[in-house]
Amino acid sequence: MRVLGIETSCDETGIAVYEHGRGLLAQAVYSQIALHAEYGGVVPELASRDHIRKTLPLIQQVLAEAGLTRAQLDGVAYTAGPGLIGALLVGAALGRSLAWAWQVPAIGVHHLEGHLLAPLLEDPAPAFPFVALLVSGGHTQLVEVRGIGRYRLLGESLDDAAGEAFDKTAKILGLPYPGGPELARLAERGDPERFRFPRPMTDRPGLEFSFSGLKTFTLNTVQTELPRAADPEQTRADIARAFEEAVVETLVIKCRRALRATGHQRLILAGGVSANQRLRARMNQAITAEGGQTFYPRPALCTDNGAMIAFAGCQRLLAGQNEPLLFTPRARWPLEQLAPAA
Amino acid sequence: MKLLAIDTSNAACSAALLCDQQVIQELTIAPRRHGELILGMMQRLLEQAGLELRTLDALAFGCGPGSFTGIRIATSVIQGAAFGSELPVVPISTLAALAQGQFRRDGHRRLLTALDARMDEVYWGCYEIGEQDRAELCCAEQVCVPTQVCYPAGEGWQGVGPGWAVHGMALRARIGAALIGTNPEAICEAQDIAWLAASELAADRWVSAQQALPVYLRDRVTRG
Repeated sequence: MRVLGIETSCDETGIAVYEHGRGLLAQAVYSQIALHAEYGGVVPELASRDHIRKTLPLIQQVLAEAGLTRAQLDGVAYTAGPGLIGALLVGAALGRSLAWAWQVPAIGVHHLEGHLLAPLLEDPAPAFPFVALLVSGGHTQLVEVRGIGRYRLLGESLDDAAGEAFDKTAKILGLPYPGGPELARLAERGDPERFRFPRPMTDRPGLEFSFSGLKTFTLNTVQTELPRAADPEQTRADIARAFEEAVVETLVIKCRRALRATGHQRLILAGGVSANQRLRARMNQAITAEGGQTFYPRPALCTDNGAMIAFAGCQRLLAGQNEPLLFTPRARWPLEQLAPAA
Repeated sequence: MKLLAIDTSNAACSAALLCDQQVIQELTIAPRRHGELILGMMQRLLEQAGLELRTLDALAFGCGPGSFTGIRIATSVIQGAAFGSELPVVPISTLAALAQGQFRRDGHRRLLTALDARMDEVYWGCYEIGEQDRAELCCAEQVCVPTQVCYPAGEGWQGVGPGWAVHGMALRARIGAALIGTNPEAICEAQDIAWLAASELAADRWVSAQQALPVYLRDRVTRG
């Protein structure tokens, strides 16, 4: 079975073709980062307007790269939520009507299920069950994954997502949008001993996160330290480092706790923030020390992409699920509402 | 000529199949339910006529102006269907379809079409019904405050479309004695898009699936 995947839930247009038994045949992502940079965040109407210009040309490009004609696809998968509703509608409407015209089944995929299953595209792929940490600009969630569609939310952020905290803190430090990766670069030059930031919600049991206080702590540190700093540039780097250390350690503590609580050995990291090198290094160290194993998809599969949608859609189509002749994407859609694939 | 047309630009959702000078249509008022309804309408019309999608000559859609999300739904549906069936696409202005619909109903040949554009503005188009009985644009469509709409010289203009309900007073003051009446209840319908698209296709005016794009008229959507 060959499935076309379409992802348009936020500011990336992602298209891919996945073939069951063979793997990814081709994929392409068009990022709108430059479009939104001057506004310091994603402007939903601009995102939708860009998706509608880019999606079909990208589909044509990916089919050409895979050397496939239109008749060689067996299904179409599109992101049906959660996300920006106007952006979701573009991919859902196009994907559903394309499947109708091709006379093949269609499936609406949960964006986070795409991220959760993305590591299964890699070799070696983690076996079920595992714990997944989803960390991106929109989500920070710990999820127990027992099989496709068998998810249990273990904990999530009560306020800002980790990626959001990275971006907002970067803004406080005067870094350009989107600031997360810039902040990580600045932190490279920072002294980890100079400042110590709190590790929110680690001093009590539970798997919830909270990052908005950390952002405020950064703001206060910037306001007190920068004006009196002898070397402001170094101070900014030191603050960035302290912030990154705090987020990374918090995530590591909660992941270790989640593995202990569930008794599972495997941890997968997914979402844009999981590309952070310090996070990967610390997580490996901590989880290996516990006798566990960590899995990461390659960076292109960490951020939003069509491959994970094609893959997750393919699993559900193989299980006999598909959509009737309509499309109803949802801005909000709890992961636990998903049905098991088999 | 065989052609399938859709419109999801506002609260109404409609699809129409034109086949050898006959048109059948499905239309329902269904705000925010276009995604649930439109493909089913298209499928039923084809079944009713005993046709397959790929045997049509073209697909047409109301490309705007209208609700941004609404016109993107129609555009995306048509992009997918046209790419998947390798059919040409004819984008039709929703204002032109409003004018064509008014001509169909009461024979008026000079039409001033208006849709509410919010932010105290109207989407505005002036159309005259030509020799082929098709709405032809007199001057460029606009989005502007009602007191600044352009209109051609001459008498006997009929106002059409819900913009006349929201901005009626200002528009009537602007047009003055050249206006002979209004129909603010008129809505854009796929059947009128189908008739207009048939003429366009006959004149070899069409685009490929990926060139089928919305016409928002309002291009400034951010502040500053």
